[in-house]
Amino acid sequence: MILSKQKPWEEILSYLDGENNVFILGCNGCAQASGTGGPAQVEEMKNKLGEIGKKITGSAVIDFLCEKALVKSRLRNKVEQLEAADSILVMTCGVGVQAVSAAVNKICHPACDTVNLGGSRGEWRGSERCLECGECLLDYTGGICPLTACTKGLINGQCGGASKGKCELDPEKDCGWELIYNRLKGLNQLNKLRRFIAPKDYSKMMPDVKIISTSHWALERTDQKEGG
Amino acid sequence: MSLQSVLESGKFVITAEVGPLKGTDTTEITEVAELLGGRVDATNVTDQQSSVMRLGSLATCYLLKQKGLDPVLQMTCRDRNRLALQSDLLSAYVLGVKNVLAITGDLPSLGDHPQAKPVYDLDSVQLLWVIKRLNEGYDMVDNELKGKPNFFPGAVVNPGADTEAAFELQLIKMEKKITAGARFFQTQAIFTVDTFAKFMKRAEGFSTPVLAGIIPLKSAGMARFMNKNIAGIFVPEELINKMATTEDRVRTGIEIAANTIKELKGMCQGIHIMAMGWEKRIPAILDAAGL
Repeated sequence: MILSKQKPWEEILSYLDGENNVFILGCNGCAQASGTGGPAQVEEMKNKLGEIGKKITGSAVIDFLCEKALVKSRLRNKVEQLEAADSILVMTCGVGVQAVSAAVNKICHPACDTVNLGGSRGEWRGSERCLECGECLLDYTGGICPLTACTKGLINGQCGGASKGKCELDPEKDCGWELIYNRLKGLNQLNKLRRFIAPKDYSKMMPDVKIISTSHWALERTDQKEGG
Repeated sequence: MSLQSVLESGKFVITAEVGPLKGTDTTEITEVAELLGGRVDATNVTDQQSSVMRLGSLATCYLLKQKGLDPVLQMTCRDRNRLALQSDLLSAYVLGVKNVLAITGDLPSLGDHPQAKPVYDLDSVQLLWVIKRLNEGYDMVDNELKGKPNFFPGAVVNPGADTEAAFELQLIKMEKKITAGARFFQTQAIFTVDTFAKFMKRAEGFSTPVLAGIIPLKSAGMARFMNKNIAGIFVPEELINKMATTEDRVRTGIEIAANTIKELKGMCQGIHIMAMGWEKRIPAILDAAGL
């Protein structure tokens, strides 16, 4: 299961600045279990955005938004609502945001930070897409994660090593930053690349002690406490 | 004169690159320092270039400083986290090293220790921002420094990006680097003047000095190798033929480099020679270029 937590309200609002029509997507999988993007949270988000005057063109909660093929088929009957939206607010882990970005040609804003996972990389198989960094950057990078798409994990732009659109490490691998550039260009969002992204807080990637402690370890501690 | 004052004077600037060797033998560095003294305005020292483990940039910069040269500390983000980068910067400053070239750094998997864990805690833009903060008297989390440095930071750019996206991305990043504090740029090696002219047309507006990169060709094989393996370098077939058919490779290599310098001279604020083992021939290249 992939754990996520909702981003601060101000951050979500800053993403939606200047956009009046929003489509909201949630997920019945991990996001529901995390309490960040299930039916209840999607409903709540609709109301909160409605209160500040945003028009919600539609919403959907899909089982496993991390499965790209599923996203496409489930959104097929929502095409009009999606087209009426300026952007999509995706209330899931980073894999979900990237699956929607890959399936729909719209700006996709992450509403959550992905915190960590318990053994799963989502259902969109084939490559690692989310590092669970706890500070989701997908809003600035067109729904393509620079930490996983760029071999060096650069967050302020391309290195000088790309050749013919490929990474210097592997001529078969697309340069992540060229993918990001082309995606943002298509969405008329190239200005996002001019923003300085401050150094990341990598402590957010460290698992919480509670998560890395095993039940056995927990039991021993309880025993010790009770014994003492 | 320091690199900063030469750049500010508007004079055409010449910098060259020295690559430390693997080991503790510094004889060659001392010899090169003596040859370059008086001929170049500053000398870059690479930071474990191509991710091959070597003598460090900081120690070598210090040796060059002792010899009267103005060193440029090349600093990559590949091997040090933010603690080590800031600490090494402060160390450099107390040893009299003022110029820093902030670089992201090649991937370790391309070097001689491919098993290494890459760091990249910061990237080159963020490193420039950190240098700016140190100059202001604070570390990157706003703790006050006791005694502040006064670095002269520079950065790199690749004018020969070969797709529209890469070309634009290089310019966008160049602008970000300037905002983060870069005061000068040194470029990837140039062999086609047209490519550089196209780049400078866009970069001129940034009003930050650009020193064009020069690599003297040693052989046709070297040229072909770079075309195949080094992003941003394109040696045209005409130059490769010249190297393949010449009877005196050294003379032709020097001639080609000197001609390129002459052609680039009117377009930029200076040149940066990366001699890759031919450091001792730098004076001959400068002579041939009339510098």
